[in-house]
Amino acid sequence: MSEPDNTAAAVNDDPSRRDFIYIAAGATAVGAVGAIAVPLVAQMNPAADTLAMASTEFDLTKVQEGQQIVIKWRGKPVFIRSRTGAEIKAAQDTPLADLKDPQTDADRVKAGKEQWLILVGSCTHLGCVPTFGAGDYGGWFCPCHGSHYDTSGRIRKGPAPLNLVVPEYDFLTDTRVKIG
Amino acid sequence: MKSLQTLGRKAWIKAAATVMAASLTLGAGSALAAGGALHAHEPKEGFSSSGVLGTYDQAQLQRGYKVYREVCAACHSMKLISFRNLGEKDGPFYDPKYKNPNENPVVKQIASEFEVPTIDSETGDVITRKATTSDAFPSPFANPEAAAASNGGAVPPDLSVITKARHGGASYVYSLLTGYKAPPAGLKIAEGQHYNPYFPGDLSSAWSGDHKHVPAGGVLAMAPPLSAGQVTFDDGRESTLSNQAADVAAFLEWAGEPKAVLRKKTGVAVLAYLLLFFGLTYASYRMVWRGKH
Amino acid sequence: MSDHPSTYVPKTGFEKWLDSRLPIVRLAYDSFVDYPTPKNLNYWWTFGGILSVCLAIQIITGIILAMHYTPHVDYAFNSVERIMRDVNYGWLIRYVHANGASMFFFAVYIHMLRGLYYGSYKAPREVLWILGCIIFFLMIATAFMGYVLPWGQMSFHGAVVITNLIGSIPLIGGPILTWLQGGFAVDQATLNRFFSLHYLLPFVIAGVVILHIWALHVAGQNNPAGVEIKSKEDTVAFTPYATVKDGVAIIVFLFLFSVFVFFMPNALGHADNYIPANPLVTPAHIVPEWYLLPFYAILRAIPDKFGGVIAMFGSIAVIFALPWLDTSKVKSMRYRPVMRWFFVIFVIVCLGLGWCGAQLPDAQVIPGLPSFTLFDGQLNSYLWLTRLFTIYYFVFFLLIMPWIGLKEEPLPVPASISEAVLAEHNKKKG
Repeated sequence: MSEPDNTAAAVNDDPSRRDFIYIAAGATAVGAVGAIAVPLVAQMNPAADTLAMASTEFDLTKVQEGQQIVIKWRGKPVFIRSRTGAEIKAAQDTPLADLKDPQTDADRVKAGKEQWLILVGSCTHLGCVPTFGAGDYGGWFCPCHGSHYDTSGRIRKGPAPLNLVVPEYDFLTDTRVKIG
Repeated sequence: MKSLQTLGRKAWIKAAATVMAASLTLGAGSALAAGGALHAHEPKEGFSSSGVLGTYDQAQLQRGYKVYREVCAACHSMKLISFRNLGEKDGPFYDPKYKNPNENPVVKQIASEFEVPTIDSETGDVITRKATTSDAFPSPFANPEAAAASNGGAVPPDLSVITKARHGGASYVYSLLTGYKAPPAGLKIAEGQHYNPYFPGDLSSAWSGDHKHVPAGGVLAMAPPLSAGQVTFDDGRESTLSNQAADVAAFLEWAGEPKAVLRKKTGVAVLAYLLLFFGLTYASYRMVWRGKH
Repeated sequence: MSDHPSTYVPKTGFEKWLDSRLPIVRLAYDSFVDYPTPKNLNYWWTFGGILSVCLAIQIITGIILAMHYTPHVDYAFNSVERIMRDVNYGWLIRYVHANGASMFFFAVYIHMLRGLYYGSYKAPREVLWILGCIIFFLMIATAFMGYVLPWGQMSFHGAVVITNLIGSIPLIGGPILTWLQGGFAVDQATLNRFFSLHYLLPFVIAGVVILHIWALHVAGQNNPAGVEIKSKEDTVAFTPYATVKDGVAIIVFLFLFSVFVFFMPNALGHADNYIPANPLVTPAHIVPEWYLLPFYAILRAIPDKFGGVIAMFGSIAVIFALPWLDTSKVKSMRYRPVMRWFFVIFVIVCLGLGWCGAQLPDAQVIPGLPSFTLFDGQLNSYLWLTRLFTIYYFVFFLLIMPWIGLKEEPLPVPASISEAVLAEHNKKKG
């Protein structure tokens, strides 16, 4: 900052008051920039219509035993699998020690509805969609990098670090689920 | 100069006001000469949303929604409005308990009363399902052709942004709905058409009287849609034509610009901040430039 | 000024390292900190800074809107409304962008009239002026294409009318029109390419703005006295002096901007543009945005279609030639007692042309006043008022400018900027 060159004025000019005003003006400018940044950043978040589509309902009678149906939820595939008795038993009998990401089968389904396995169909490695019924454990096999999942959707072999994610869902009736 | 100064402040204001009034009259005059419509006006009690700090009257929006649903929706779509919008902040059924409008039970209830088309994932057939909060208001007609066929060839306009798409906004909607009257003698009205002095149009060709005094307004295919007692208001408000028109106009104003209240509130804060910013920057400017002028 | 020696001294090690490899900090320092600015600049000179802010606002909000907008005839209108309703702060960003165009033109017109009044186009600033004219022309093109994107009734029919102007060119007009529209009417192809070009052009504008500022820093700023900088006494450093003054003006400008955005966001637009585009029905009264009205008025003033197009483009072209049309030796109209009045009339005429552009050509200017038919229209009509203004517009540049410059007796011009400042100071005191 250049000093005022008029000596008469300089006498009236209290440097501490002057500095306070400069700093206050600068701080206000910084505040303005911060306030402007809020909408510019927030607009990238999901819009209200996207958020409103965040839940979906599904009629389970469409899935035959031993099969799965894939639906789209929040832009991602969701597997709805009707497991056979053998598949359920295999999943329940697996010792936790054999698992990379230990979790019981009971933690991954709703009590009394063990038949229904609902998973986000996106490999926990890098997001590919695993293939139904393939792999060494009868669950899913991810074709991208070779991850094997069992009949509870738990990771058993391959590069994926975690089990397939169980989304938030509720049974509205015996045959109807609401996902999300 | 001296004589002008002695006029005084009040006289100046008066003179300026006269000039402004005169120029306004000039403007109105030329609008009428071009075969325009009457100027739209607000209901007697006004609109709570007008003005810098105006907000929507929630009870009025709820009544207005009822008028739309029971009367307008028979012919007019509102494709840009979803059920969830009804429960958003400043909306008709907003409840501070449910910040997420998709969880608002009133909104859920309203949505569940409607069926919307969907595809059967097994057979691919077009079926219907119950609407959810994320669905847009279903349209009364499948396509514009069907709408035109059922309405004497005229497609009823979508009402989503009608108050922004018409000069005068909510006042126009109110004036149109309450403004129907018998055509003046000498004005030929075709079958299925209705005269309204607030509807923009040019009646010169249908007017057999003095060509310098063509009646204001135009003709439209919509018959007077509202009448006293047509909609029963749940809150006991008298169901006059004016009340119904005012309420539905307010509802449409909200639907056209659901963020208007938020916008005005933000504006007040922004202007206040800019004033402070100006004061500090101007003070800095004075200090920086001291002695340089 | 280019001959101003750099006073930048790199302090930290990193600054020294960078300075010997890419002296970008030095460039910024010499251009925006230590740059010598005439000390008598008034508030009319703050509009350059204001315009930089406008361009930045339009580019930032525009990039954001493009993230949410769909350039398709079936979805464009609804995607804009989705921005207004569902996108977080979308209403704010869109209203800032839409009103920002108006504010940009408001500022550029003041900037141009300031240049006209103070002779900022005269040697050695001809290239600076022409670059400014190019920016203005690009702004018109960008604004026009941007207005098409919401795909409302005004968007669509505005695009129809303006592209059809090209069709009036003899012989080659038809094929060029089809090429421009990408079809036989304004349709999907037109919308999609307008979106692409509307995204591109602002960056071209930004590029020309850099040249504009470069040319400004070569020739040095003009000033209200219209005399060149002679000594260090005539100048102050850009920072803090010009920076803080521009800052004050920018805040006042943003205040006005905010009043529009938050309290009357649709006041400068047209209700018809909230009706989705319908190629089968034209709005009763089709007008461009306010900032293009004067040119639209000139277009309509000429009874011949191609002649109107020539006149409209001529009204912009003539601004490019301004440095060679003005024959006066004195820059600032402060010292040009006669020209000053022609300038005032010119400003009134430009406003008048804007007013006329919004009226129906056949409407009476003074209702009820008896009139008679002159050639193809009533004398008491906007058609003839527009023609009168159009004539003055061209006469001002093509006759008054060269002629008054030779005939006028200018007032004594101060010897230096310091002398002008001192004289003003003394005048204020006593």
